[in-house]
Amino acid sequence: MRKISLNQMRGKQKGFICDISAEAALQNKFMGMGIYKGREITKISHIGLKGPVAIKVGRSVLVLGHSVASKITVEIQ
Amino acid sequence: MIKKIFLIGNPNVGKSVVFSRLTGVQVISSNYAGTTVEITRGFLKLGGKEIEVVDLPGTYSLEASSKSEEAAVVLLKECPKEECVVVNIVDSTNLERNLYLTLQLIEEGLPLIVALNMCDEAKHQGVSLDVGLLEKILQVPVVPTCAITGLGIKLLLERISEIKPVVRQKFLHRQRWQEIGNIIEQVQKLAHRHHTLRETLEDASVKPFSGSVIAIGVMLASFEIVRFIGENLISRIADPIFFNFYQPFLIKLSSFLGEESFIHHLLIGDLINGKIDFKQSLGLLTTAPYIEFAMVLPYIISFYFVLGLLEDIGILPRLAMLLDNLLHNLGLHGFAIIPVLLGLGCNVPGILATRNLESRRERFIASTLISIGVPCVALQAMIFGLLGKISGYYVSGVYLVLLAIWLILGVILNRMAKGYSPELLIEIPPYRFPSLMILWKKLFLRIKGFLIEAAPLVLLGVLIINILLYFRLFDILTGISAPIVKGLFGLPKESVVALVMGLFRKDVAVGMLMPLALTAKQLFITAVLLAISFPCVATFIVFFKELGIKDLIKACLIMLAVALITGTVLNLTLH
Repeated sequence: MRKISLNQMRGKQKGFICDISAEAALQNKFMGMGIYKGREITKISHIGLKGPVAIKVGRSVLVLGHSVASKITVEIQ
Repeated sequence: MIKKIFLIGNPNVGKSVVFSRLTGVQVISSNYAGTTVEITRGFLKLGGKEIEVVDLPGTYSLEASSKSEEAAVVLLKECPKEECVVVNIVDSTNLERNLYLTLQLIEEGLPLIVALNMCDEAKHQGVSLDVGLLEKILQVPVVPTCAITGLGIKLLLERISEIKPVVRQKFLHRQRWQEIGNIIEQVQKLAHRHHTLRETLEDASVKPFSGSVIAIGVMLASFEIVRFIGENLISRIADPIFFNFYQPFLIKLSSFLGEESFIHHLLIGDLINGKIDFKQSLGLLTTAPYIEFAMVLPYIISFYFVLGLLEDIGILPRLAMLLDNLLHNLGLHGFAIIPVLLGLGCNVPGILATRNLESRRERFIASTLISIGVPCVALQAMIFGLLGKISGYYVSGVYLVLLAIWLILGVILNRMAKGYSPELLIEIPPYRFPSLMILWKKLFLRIKGFLIEAAPLVLLGVLIINILLYFRLFDILTGISAPIVKGLFGLPKESVVALVMGLFRKDVAVGMLMPLALTAKQLFITAVLLAISFPCVATFIVFFKELGIKDLIKACLIMLAVALITGTVLNLTLH
């Protein structure tokens, strides 16, 4: 078990969200989109080193800007 | 007694299509989150009574996070519960994510009915839902629908009368997701399927290399298709009609009126070498209709046809991801590419679409960049018309100059503008095969909008110009501005008239440039200057409405500065 930022995950890697350090408004938005502690996600890709990240949550594909993604910590095997 | 029906749901679940089905009011619907930025209203007859239907912008939860979501939630909470019904439109292919809002709506005690939309696509994707069980668990009526074909809409309306408001236990956010997990386990079954070609393409389109290749290919192809359809509509349909059928009639009218009369000046305009010239005569019956119907309308049709395809397939949100890095340098994030692309059709919907951007700073930067650096179809048609005959390189040159201005100005605005720019956070929809009916309706709606808004303005513009020219009232303006226009830009001093009239409507300006016999360099500079200035009076109005007088003045000053600098630099550097 290792804890890393969503940005550091590799493509096709799976993990569970273990920490979200965002202000209330963003937390709410995340919550509505299905991003919350304990949720399993799969990373699809990222664009460049400082670019946005695409993840699969349930049946949706979500894209998060780099600094949004850095607020999410994921536990991986 | 029911007075209002609210349509609410996550972004991109087809609310606008359901709205059109219910009310017969045509609205634009596309395959990306945030197509609807305004609250749309219509009416339907139910049991002999007229009921108002309100289409709300999409939202993931009742805790709003953007301006358009906020408006939706306020409206919903204001309505007395006995008088309204809430239709929660849900994407059947992604029930889990959608149920979060559904549970919140139930907890609020709103009189609710759930429409399981896109049920045909769910079946196609191997998702089967136990509707009866879902209804039992949620304790609200649930109706499977497919709004594009109209399936289930009638049943939805029939069951609206069954709705009763109920008060339910409130969950904490996390518990809500737990509850949803339980519900999904009971009602949803997924058939195991292999990766389809579509899914492979979807994955490829969000990866850096393959995604960029696809995006560049799609954009180049789109540009070529727009040009091909536009050119052919002009040469095969519009021009033959004007020259073979309309011109003979005008020639008779011209000799009947007599060349010297005032009415001839208004209707036909000036004869060029004794003949009517559709591009130069500047009459209400000659140049005005020719510009609108034979120069601009063909490109409006071809542009919106291609844009509709891109929207409905689901290309735009993927572009947003790929361009996120670039747009960050301009103080925006990836989603801003959607207003910009809409702005290439007409700046007005482009500026309206910036409502999807969360901060005021972003909205100001995006709107300013659209008004100054993004040429609308009418303007692009003019650029083709003015420069295309000389050389394709000039046309590409104008686009390159505009792109450079767009980038440089963006970087500067990013440094100067106060406030913060939020980050990209969007959902990427699946690729969908566009529905021809939706495509056609959308195209029709946009063409109609163009004809209603633009055509009268062009007529009015030509009329004003004619009167001012006849009484030689432009001479004052020409005299005052001569040092700048002639000295800095190297243009004949009369061209200021076209530049100023261009602020009213760009298409009017061209007829005024033709008689000036500009050199290629002068034409190029004029085209760039026309492109930099706001495209039309409607843009000023919408900018003012959306961002207020202060920001409008700021944007206008920026526009003047950019025009002055660019015009001078081009005049000094080009040979």
